[in-house]
Amino acid sequence: MILWFQKFFGRNGLVLSLYMLLVSFIWIVVMFVLPQIFMFDFSFRFNWTQIDPSKIGGPEDVYTLQHYKFLLLGSPNNPDPFNIVDVTVFARTILAAAFVTLFDLIVCYPVAYYLAHVAKGGVTRLMMLSLVVPFWINELLRAFAFRILFGEEGTINNILLLLGILSQPIDYVRENIALYTGLGYAYILLMIFPIYNAVESLDRNQIEAARDLGSPWWRIHWRVVIPFAKPGITSGCTMVFMLSAGALALPQIIGGPSSLWFTQIIYQWFNTGSNWPRGSAYAVSLLVICVILVLLFMKIFKVKFGEIGR
Amino acid sequence: MSADVILENITVKFDDFTAVKDADITIKGGEFFSFLGPSGCGKTTLLRAISGFQDPSEGRVFIGGKDMSGIGPNKRPTALIFQNLALFPLMTVWENIAFSLEVKGVGKTERRKKADELLELVALPGQGDKMVNELSGGQRQRVAVARALAAEPEVMLLDEPLSALDLKLRQHMRTELREIQQRAGITFIYITHDQGEALTMSDRVAVMREGIIEQVGEGTKVYDNPSTAFVASFVGENNAFHGTVRNVMSAKAIVSTGTGELEACLPEGIELNIGDKAIVFARPEAMSFVKQKNLEKNVIKTEVVHQEFEGHFWHLILKGTDDMKIKMSQINDGLTQVYEEGAELNVKIDPKLAVALPFGPLAAE
Repeated sequence: MILWFQKFFGRNGLVLSLYMLLVSFIWIVVMFVLPQIFMFDFSFRFNWTQIDPSKIGGPEDVYTLQHYKFLLLGSPNNPDPFNIVDVTVFARTILAAAFVTLFDLIVCYPVAYYLAHVAKGGVTRLMMLSLVVPFWINELLRAFAFRILFGEEGTINNILLLLGILSQPIDYVRENIALYTGLGYAYILLMIFPIYNAVESLDRNQIEAARDLGSPWWRIHWRVVIPFAKPGITSGCTMVFMLSAGALALPQIIGGPSSLWFTQIIYQWFNTGSNWPRGSAYAVSLLVICVILVLLFMKIFKVKFGEIGR
Repeated sequence: MSADVILENITVKFDDFTAVKDADITIKGGEFFSFLGPSGCGKTTLLRAISGFQDPSEGRVFIGGKDMSGIGPNKRPTALIFQNLALFPLMTVWENIAFSLEVKGVGKTERRKKADELLELVALPGQGDKMVNELSGGQRQRVAVARALAAEPEVMLLDEPLSALDLKLRQHMRTELREIQQRAGITFIYITHDQGEALTMSDRVAVMREGIIEQVGEGTKVYDNPSTAFVASFVGENNAFHGTVRNVMSAKAIVSTGTGELEACLPEGIELNIGDKAIVFARPEAMSFVKQKNLEKNVIKTEVVHQEFEGHFWHLILKGTDDMKIKMSQINDGLTQVYEEGAELNVKIDPKLAVALPFGPLAAE
């Protein structure tokens, strides 16, 4: 360990070494590990600030599982076998996030492949630009603009009615179509770029070799390109899944009125409910379940954790 | 199974650059045929046109008598071995070899069996479960050959597959490739810039320059009777004496060069007239020492610049009267003497081994 530091300082010099150690420390320890430890700790405490602030730090300030219990079973006088509302919303959020991830993967893989191996010079640059430029618009503005687009008397309905494809306008917001589209759109880049990076480093000869050996296009992708791009695909899927499951603004603005996103419940506990410990417990639950799911999928698809960093 | 390959007036253009110009060749079934040329001469483009990765701008490719126009590389009876081999790194050795069978829907046990047979054939028994990156360069080479053979091609296309190997292994693989070709009895079309490879392995060689096929023929013919100045200078080592034709006799020409008047053969089909600009090519091994300059014809006066030892040969770098560098090789018979720098020597160029060709571009040094 000391030897490693000696080498590190020897190679990079004092200033760069200290700077890199400092930013790494801030990035990982200060901004990531510490606050999460606070949240984790919080989630096991009673909400003394609301009950009796004087007991904080006293003998009764002990750890409790009551918030996790609440998420699963609801309040002690809940007649149902479990906390139907919260658990359903939780499950639906996870499912919807998985759906958005899958949708983005299906949309983005061909685009990433095209960018990396088919498009030439000018077209590549133009496509890159057209991918990046829409994200100059801020998220809130985009969300409200989507309300106009997807509204009951919005552009899409008007056009479809005019063309005679629809006889009745569809309420895309109520049906959550607006939300899924919005989420899928918001995280497109996080899917495209990791896949693009992975696919781009694939030797073109491998594709041609497979083709020369008689392979149809879909098998080339199945046996050569996708296995090679797996770390990139995993990286993209993980980011889109995590961010979709944790999105707040979009569900708030273009989510259907009857279907909550789990983050909205968390937000309510923190904000209107003034119950930080419960909010923390909810947030930690979401995080833990998401991480477990991601690790499970990586296990199923045989991706090693280290490969994601490639 | 082997099929003949007919290239009918193939031209390949990229925008305003012509990579291959009017290639018109018939390669016989079961033949080992090489395209030889410096990098950028269009040989790889021609190979890609045969394999189907490159549509010719003009002309047609026939394989086994069948017009290949509009038939993709996955539907042609060819198998290509890439310069970097392009083995699939995420598959095991046997999966690599059996990939074409997998494509055809052959069952797993059968695939494995076939892969093991081919591993046997390329002298890699029992290596099927390794990953590609666990093999050495030469072993990967064999896996690439086995993978191509598994597709049961009628024509095997090889794009400088030996260039990444070291010398000893390369020489060994030459023999091995030739043996595999004869055992499998399929047509091999081989691309290389290495004339040694082309000459040792091939039945016939086509020498290319800037998209044009300059000469087609057996190795000995291309070496001994080059038909252009480029072929003479590219295939093997050659000394080029520039000059003007003084006299032409039957199959012989006398050329007046800066180093003196030289008599040389005219290769079949080559015509020279008195007054034409011409080049006399004399190989390093076509020269010998003589005591007296004036007693015989084709003797030039030289001065020793440098002497090199290469095992079976001694190489002498000489300087002619017009300062031209001349390379001469002598078999190491154990008696060859070492010459001082600046020593004056009379060298005879054997008129039967020297050739006179019309002036033309030479291969880059």
